Amino acid sequence: MGGLQKKKYESGSATNYISRNKARKKLSLSLADFRRLCILKGIYPHEPKHKKKVNKGSTAPRTFYLLKDIRFLLHEPIVGKFREYKIFVRKLRKAYGKAEWSGVQRMKENKPAYKLDHIIKERYPTFIDAVRDVDDALSMCFLFSTFARTGKCHVQTIQLCRRLGVEWMNYIITSRSLRKVFLSIKGIYYQAEVLGQTITWIIPYQFAHDHPTDVDYRVMATFTELYTTLLGFVNFRLYQTLNLVYPPKLDGQGEFSLKSECEEDYALESESYSEKLAALSASLARTVPSVEDEEAELDHFPAEGVKKKKKNLEQNKQKKLFEGLKFFLNREVPRESLAFVIRCFGGEVSWDKSLCIGSTYDETDETITHHIVDRPTIDKQYINRYYIQPQWVYDCVNGKILLPVEEYFLGVTLPPHLSPFVEESEGDYVPPEKLKLLALQKGEKPPEEDEEEEEEEEDDEDDEEEDDQSEDEDEAEDEASLAEMEEKRAQGKSLSVKVTPGKVKPENRMRTEQEEKAEEKRLAIMMMKKREKYLYDKIMFGKKRHVREANKLAAKRKAHDDANKPDKKKKKKKC
Amino acid sequence: VGLHSLSMSKFTLILTSLNLQVLDKCKIFSSVSLLVFITFSVRSQDIRNTVGNIPMEWYKDYPHIGYDLDGKKLFKPIRNKDELDEFLDKMENPDYWRTVQDKMTGADIRLSDEQVDLVHRLQQGKFGDVNFNEYEPAIDFFSNEVMIHPVTNRPQDKRSFIPSLIEKEKVGKLVHAIKMGWIKPRRPKETTPQYYDLWAKEDPNSILGRHKMHVPAPKMKLPGHEESYNPPPEYLMSEEERLAWEQQDPEDRKLSFLPQKFACLRAVPAYSRFIHERFERCLDLYLCPRQRKMRVNVNPEDLIPKLPKPKDLQPFPTTQSLVYRGHSSLVRSISVSPSGQWLVSGSDDCTVRFWEVSTARCLKTVEVGGAVKGVAWNPNPSICLVAVSYDDTVVLLNPGLGDRLVCTASDQLISSYEEPEEVKDQLVQWAVAEGEGHEQGHRLILKHPKAVRQVTWHGKGDYLACVMPDNGSSLQVVIHQVSKRRTQNPFRKNKGLVQCVSFHPIRPYFFVATQRYVRVYNLIKQELTKKLMANCKWISSMAIHPGGDNVICGSYDCRLAWFDLDLSTKPYKVLRHHKKALRSVAYHRHYPLFASGSDDGSVIVCHGMVYNDLLQNPLIVPVKVLKGHTITHDLGVLDVTFHPTQPWVFSSGSDGTVRLFT
Repeated sequence: MGGLQKKKYESGSATNYISRNKARKKLSLSLADFRRLCILKGIYPHEPKHKKKVNKGSTAPRTFYLLKDIRFLLHEPIVGKFREYKIFVRKLRKAYGKAEWSGVQRMKENKPAYKLDHIIKERYPTFIDAVRDVDDALSMCFLFSTFARTGKCHVQTIQLCRRLGVEWMNYIITSRSLRKVFLSIKGIYYQAEVLGQTITWIIPYQFAHDHPTDVDYRVMATFTELYTTLLGFVNFRLYQTLNLVYPPKLDGQGEFSLKSECEEDYALESESYSEKLAALSASLARTVPSVEDEEAELDHFPAEGVKKKKKNLEQNKQKKLFEGLKFFLNREVPRESLAFVIRCFGGEVSWDKSLCIGSTYDETDETITHHIVDRPTIDKQYINRYYIQPQWVYDCVNGKILLPVEEYFLGVTLPPHLSPFVEESEGDYVPPEKLKLLALQKGEKPPEEDEEEEEEEEDDEDDEEEDDQSEDEDEAEDEASLAEMEEKRAQGKSLSVKVTPGKVKPENRMRTEQEEKAEEKRLAIMMMKKREKYLYDKIMFGKKRHVREANKLAAKRKAHDDANKPDKKKKKKKC
Repeated sequence: VGLHSLSMSKFTLILTSLNLQVLDKCKIFSSVSLLVFITFSVRSQDIRNTVGNIPMEWYKDYPHIGYDLDGKKLFKPIRNKDELDEFLDKMENPDYWRTVQDKMTGADIRLSDEQVDLVHRLQQGKFGDVNFNEYEPAIDFFSNEVMIHPVTNRPQDKRSFIPSLIEKEKVGKLVHAIKMGWIKPRRPKETTPQYYDLWAKEDPNSILGRHKMHVPAPKMKLPGHEESYNPPPEYLMSEEERLAWEQQDPEDRKLSFLPQKFACLRAVPAYSRFIHERFERCLDLYLCPRQRKMRVNVNPEDLIPKLPKPKDLQPFPTTQSLVYRGHSSLVRSISVSPSGQWLVSGSDDCTVRFWEVSTARCLKTVEVGGAVKGVAWNPNPSICLVAVSYDDTVVLLNPGLGDRLVCTASDQLISSYEEPEEVKDQLVQWAVAEGEGHEQGHRLILKHPKAVRQVTWHGKGDYLACVMPDNGSSLQVVIHQVSKRRTQNPFRKNKGLVQCVSFHPIRPYFFVATQRYVRVYNLIKQELTKKLMANCKWISSMAIHPGGDNVICGSYDCRLAWFDLDLSTKPYKVLRHHKKALRSVAYHRHYPLFASGSDDGSVIVCHGMVYNDLLQNPLIVPVKVLKGHTITHDLGVLDVTFHPTQPWVFSSGSDGTVRLFT
C-alpha cells in the first residue's frame, strides 16, 4: 500500500482537454491560422462534463478542445502550407518594397496553393457522410454566388460557387429529388431527398447585398473554400450515379435548338455556355444514352408493408406533378427559382427571349397551359391558359397535388403560404388552411360549412383543456355553493321553515369518475420525491406552455375570422 | 599682444587659444562669460609665453607666469590695484569695457575696434570675416545635359568587347537540355479546381478513432409558418406583441425576425440579416463548444408513485357535514369527550363552549377570564372533567353533561380530597372554586407562575401536564396529579423552548418537543431515552400513535415528519403536503389515520398504517384534502382532533368555526 501521493489535475479529465491558447502554442500557429485550421479540419471546442475539474479549479470561462483533436492536428500537412504562404507573403512584401517587379511577377506565379481533397476524404470517409453534411455548404455557396463580383471576395470564388450551385440544381432537376419549397421572408428554402438524405438549403432573393461591417469575411471565405471543395466532389459523384457527364454538358439535341440569334446579346462567348446551363431549361448530356425514364421496379417485401409501397407510389406521383404542363414566366417573377421548381417536377418552362438566355418557346405558343404573372392585371390575355400567381406553383409542390387555380388568379388575395416543414403532432395548433389542404389531399372537396364545424370542434377541445385546468376552481365553486346552502339554512332558521320538493341531482358518472381519478393523481403527486417532483413540474410546465401557445394562436385566428366575417358576407351578397 | 584681423578661412591654423577672460567690469560681456579664442600670428609669438595651452591657475602661487623663448622666467606684471582702484578705473577709464586681461602674460589689453567687431560677430553666430558670402550661387558639377566630354577619361574594359565564355557555356547547356527534351516550357497553371471521384475506394472502417468523440453539428432549425412571406393571420404579431418584441434583448427574443405579410411575391424585399445569419451559423460551427446531452424522455405519468387507491383505504372523512358556529373569535383548541358525544372548544373570545357532536348544538357556554389557549377532556370515561387553560390559570371544569352518575362521581372525587398532614410548598396554587364559579362548573383553579399554553392529560386521567413556554427557564413543564392535588416539576433544567408535551399512551414515557428536537423521557427511571431530530426549523405540534412507537411532528416550515421510534431518531418520512405552516397534527385512536391542519386552510387526512410486523415499514398515503375553513388574519386551521370511535375529524379555525368532516 501507500505509494506516491496523487497530485491534483495530473490525470483524468484535466489531461484530456486543452485550452485554446495552449493548443495554439502547442501547434505554434497564429490565432488566424489556428482558426483556419480548425474550420478546415472540423475541429470544434468540447464542453467538458466537469468544467471546474478541467479548468484546474478555476471557474474562468474558457473554451476547451480535446487534446486528441489537437494532437491530430499536429501532423496535418496543411500546416506546412500555411507557413509557406506566410513566407511567401513576407517575400512578396519585401520585393514590393525593393521594387523588384520581375521578382514580384515570378513569386506571384509560384504562389503556394493547397488542396483540401485529403481533408474532405478524412472528414467524410464515406460518400453518404458527405451528402448528409452538404446543407450548410449549399446555403453558403448559393449566398456567395449572389455576391457582386467586386469587393468582398475573389471573383474566382464567386464564379466557382455559381458553377457548383448550377451543377447542383441541374442534378436535382435530372434526379427529380426536390420535395419541398418554402417562400419565407428570408429567402427561398428548398428541401430535396438525395440518396435517402434530406437536404435543406436556402437561397436569398435576388437583390444586391448590403454588406454588414460586423461580419468577418475571412471566416466566411475559409468556410467557402472548404464547402466548394466538398460540393465539387459531391457533385462529381452524384453526376456519376446518374451517368451524367461531368462537368455538365447540355444534351446534344437541345444544343442546336438553343442556338438562337440573340445569344451574343447576353454573354461573352466564353460565358454563354455556362449561362445556358444556368438557365436550367435544357436537359443534360449523359455518358450512356438514357432509356427514357424507365424506373426499375423496386422489389418490395411483404414485411415492409403496404405503407411503404403507398409512400413510394405517392412520391412517384409527386415527381410527375407538372408533367404535361407548359409554363410561361412573365418577366417580373423570380425566373430561376420557378424554372428550377417546375423542371424538377417535369413541367416545361420558358420565358421571354429578351429576359434571359435559354428560352425554349414564345409567349404566343398555343400549347401553354399556365402563365405565371405577378402583377395585378395583364393587358393581352390568351384564352386557353390560366393566368396565375407564382405561389400556386410552390403550394402545389408542397401539397403534392395540383391545387385548384381559382384562388391564385391575378388580383386575387392569395391564401396563406404555409411552411411545409411543420409537422403538427397531437395537441399542436393546426391552421385551418392546413386542414383544408389535408382534406384536399384525401380527395374530399370540403364545402364551406366544414370550416365552421372544424372551428367548433376546436372550441370543444379548448373547453376540455379548460376543464382540466379548472378543476380546482370547481371545488371552490362547490364550496361556495355549500356556503350558500348553509347561509340559506341559517336564514331558514330565522324565517319560516319551508320544505320544497328536492330535485334529483343528475349524477354524471363519467364526470365523478374523472374527478376521482384527478384527485387520486393529485394526492399521489403530493407523495412524490423532491427530485422527481421537480422534473415532473418542469415537464408539466412545458406541456402547459405548449397548450397555452396553441390556444393563443387559435384565439387569435378566431378573433381575426370574426372581424372579417361581415366583410365576406357582404362580398358574397354582392356577388 | 598683436592681434590680426584674419579672414576666417585662415582660421584653420592650429589654434593656440588664448583665454581672454573678459573682465566683469566690461559692460558688454558682463552678462556672458565666454571664452574667446583669439589667434596670434607667428610673428607675435616672440613675446609669447611658452608654457602652452595649460590652465594658467597652475602658476597662481608663483611670481612668474611662464617662460619666454629663451627659457627665462616671465614675471607677472605688478598689479597692485585694489577694489577702489578698480572701481575708479571702471568709472574713469572710457575703454574699461574693452580692456581684457591676457592670462598668459597677465597684461591688460585694450581691444581694438576690429577685435570688438569680431567678438560681436562671433557672438551672433556669424562668420568672422565680414567679406565672406555664405550664400554664393551653387554651380552644378553634374547636370542632366550630356556634355561632349566624358567626366572621366577612363578607357573601356576589354571584357566589354568580347562575348563571355561562361555565358556561352551556360547557354550551350540550356540549348542541349532543350534539344534533349530535359527542359520543357512551363505548363499553364490550372485555375479551376479539379474534381474526381474522391470516394472511389471508400472504406467505412477507416473512420478514425477520434470520431468516437465526434459530435456532429445539429442541422439548422427548419422554418415554421411564421416565417412565410404570406403567413396565416394568427402568426402575425399584434401591436403590443410587436412593441414587446422590439423592447426585448435580441438574445431573449423567441423569434429573431418580425413576421410580415406581403400581398404578392414581387413585394418581398431582401432580408437584411441574411449574411449575418449565415455568419452566425459559421461561428456556431467552429466556435461553439459541443456536448452530448441526454435528453430526459420520461413519461411524466411514470414519475408519479404507484400508491394504493384511496378508495381501498376507506373509511376516512371525505365531506364536511357539520359546522359548529357560535364563537366570535379564533378557536384555538378543541377536544372530544371520551364517549364521543360532546365536543369542547376554547376560543379567544374568552369562552369555552360545549357542543353536542351529532347536532352541532351549543349546550353550554362557560366564560373564563381570558383567551382560552387549550382545552383537554379527561380521557378517562369514568371522570367527567375538562381542563381549560387561559393566561396563567388552568381550570378544571365539570360540564355536567352526559351520565349524571359520572358527573356526580367526578364531583365527589374532587370534594373527597383530604388535606395531608404536612403541607408542602407547591409550585402552583390549588384552589377550589366556589360560588358562581362552582355553579358554572368550575371545580379546581390552578394558578401558575407563568402563562400556560397547553394542557394534556395522561391516559389514565389522573395526571395533567401543562406547558409554560419560556426560554431558558427551568420551569416550563409541570405535571399535576389531580387526586392528590400535587404538582411537580419533572425537569431540573429544560433545554430550549418547549413547544408541546405528550404522555405515552401505554408506557411511562413523556415526550417533550422543543424547537427542533423531540426528547423522550422515561418517567420511572427518570432519564432521557431518546432524542429525535426533526430536521425542521420550528416544531409546532406533535402527536403520538396509539401504539406508541410512532410520532408525528408538524412544523412551521410546512413539514410533517413521521418518526418510527424503532427505526431511527431521524424522520422516517417528511411530508411537504401543506403550502403553509402546520398548526396541529392528530392520530386517530383506532383507525390508521392521521390528520394535519395548516395555515393554508386545509386539513389533509392521510392513511398511516403501522404494521405489527417489525420488518414492514409504515405505509403512508394521503387520502383526502379537506377544505372548508376560510383564512382570516393569515391563519387557517388551528386545531384538529379525531372522533374517538368514528372516522371523523374535527377542525377548528381562525374563522371562529369548528367543522366536522365525516
